[in-house]
Amino acid sequence: MAEMTDANAREVTFRGGGFQPGTRRGVGLAVFVVLILLAEWGTRSGFISALTLPRPSDVLLTFQELYQSGMLFKHLGPSLTRLAVGALIGASLGIGIGVLIGLFSLARAGLVPLVAAIFPIPKIALLPLFVIWFGIDEASKYALIAFGTFTPTVVATYAAVDNVDRVLIRMGQSFGLGWWSIVSKIVVPGAMPGILSGLRISLTIAIILLVAAEMLGAEYGIGAYILQAGSLYDLERLFAGVVILSLLGVAVSSVVAFVERRVLNWRV
Amino acid sequence: MDLKLSSVSHYYGDTQVLRDITLDIPSGQIVCIVGPSGCGKSTLLRMLGGLERPSEGRVLQMGDAPEGCLNPLTYIFQDFALLPWRTVRGNVALVLEDHGLGKAQREAIIADVLARTKLTDFADALPKQLSGGMKQRVAIARALAVNPAVMLMDEPLSALDSQTRELLMDDLVALWTRQPFTAVYVTHNLAEAVRLGHKIVVLSRRPGELREVVELDMPLAERRHGDPVLEAQQQHLWGLMRDEAAAADAELIDG
Repeated sequence: MAEMTDANAREVTFRGGGFQPGTRRGVGLAVFVVLILLAEWGTRSGFISALTLPRPSDVLLTFQELYQSGMLFKHLGPSLTRLAVGALIGASLGIGIGVLIGLFSLARAGLVPLVAAIFPIPKIALLPLFVIWFGIDEASKYALIAFGTFTPTVVATYAAVDNVDRVLIRMGQSFGLGWWSIVSKIVVPGAMPGILSGLRISLTIAIILLVAAEMLGAEYGIGAYILQAGSLYDLERLFAGVVILSLLGVAVSSVVAFVERRVLNWRV
Repeated sequence: MDLKLSSVSHYYGDTQVLRDITLDIPSGQIVCIVGPSGCGKSTLLRMLGGLERPSEGRVLQMGDAPEGCLNPLTYIFQDFALLPWRTVRGNVALVLEDHGLGKAQREAIIADVLARTKLTDFADALPKQLSGGMKQRVAIARALAVNPAVMLMDEPLSALDSQTRELLMDDLVALWTRQPFTAVYVTHNLAEAVRLGHKIVVLSRRPGELREVVELDMPLAERRHGDPVLEAQQQHLWGLMRDEAAAADAELIDG
């Protein structure tokens, strides 16, 4: 082989890297700011007509009025209660039944087809039924939100239980741990990552159903507020309502992220 | 407490994995089981600890477990089987929680086993922060915590690099020398077998049959890496296993 000189030496081309999304602080916020500024500029310059999109600053003013008149909390209070109660019922039932499906062949054989059958039903279509069953008051709204949260939670939970490392379960058995210990100390913590990412989806669905339920029959609530604004073509108020929903979504997602950081700090 | 396998055979479906194994595991000794891959040595270990039932034959416990023994048959797994969400202390505590011990008593046991495995300074670390060798030491500490009558070790050092393996072998020898324990040690590594085994059981390829039982009299503490007597034993064992291993390697899985 010929002697290699520096003349015919060249860098090995780098072809690794990528596929590793990291955290970039502030970028998400910047996207929002840019979009809002664009809308503001468009509506002010007449590029976007007032009928197409309300001016962001007007929406902000409406929001301020809403806050100052105290109506914000009059709408937000019942909404948050409905969301909390409904999602709590739905998620706890979903996690409980999901764990059962994950652990018992009989529960799996009996319930998986049932869950598959009720999953695709648009839950909002069942609201009249819930009104008959639970009355026109809060109970029917709780039931609707709970039902909508339940199905995705069940599916996420039993998939997560299936993914718990069997070696850990055998380990528990080999040390003579009781059934309940194995479930509560090995299966449920091991399924936690899957359960939490399932909760992200089901809580978002809960917000959608909350609005739907409130649109169909509620005096107060963000859904009712948006419906009123919509039927008057009051776009500023409509958008103020929509912004509240978005903020609610962001808040729920941050809460889940916070819980994930706390509960799943053991993850590699 | 001794363990005894009495003409044990086992099938997975139509495939026979173990054929007529009769074996004594006397207390206070380390019995190594070696054999080519797929010879059923891990299956044998699972049967000894009651995690699997043999198709034929019986697994017998001779006599009662000694006083103060919380879990007579205790495993050490190849991939450690630590709960990643519990600290070192928490992982050891896990196996003590179902035995109705007082808090002070549990703390005392945990402190003792962590000291014996030189892990006291790492009590609050999570498994993800530990190296493979440290993880296996946690698993050993956890096994010691229940004061087992027999330790069932399934290739405990196979997931570790060779330097760590040497260190951990020294640790195991030191633990045994201080307080002799009974162990069944499954491995495919003959060097480990001659270092740790008082009795080395060679299984044939599938279906696993007893090929030979080699007894080693040299005390564990005197065995050194590269000792000529051990080297000779290792050569002898390799001679026994070589053709079996080659044949096992050439077989189709489930073929």
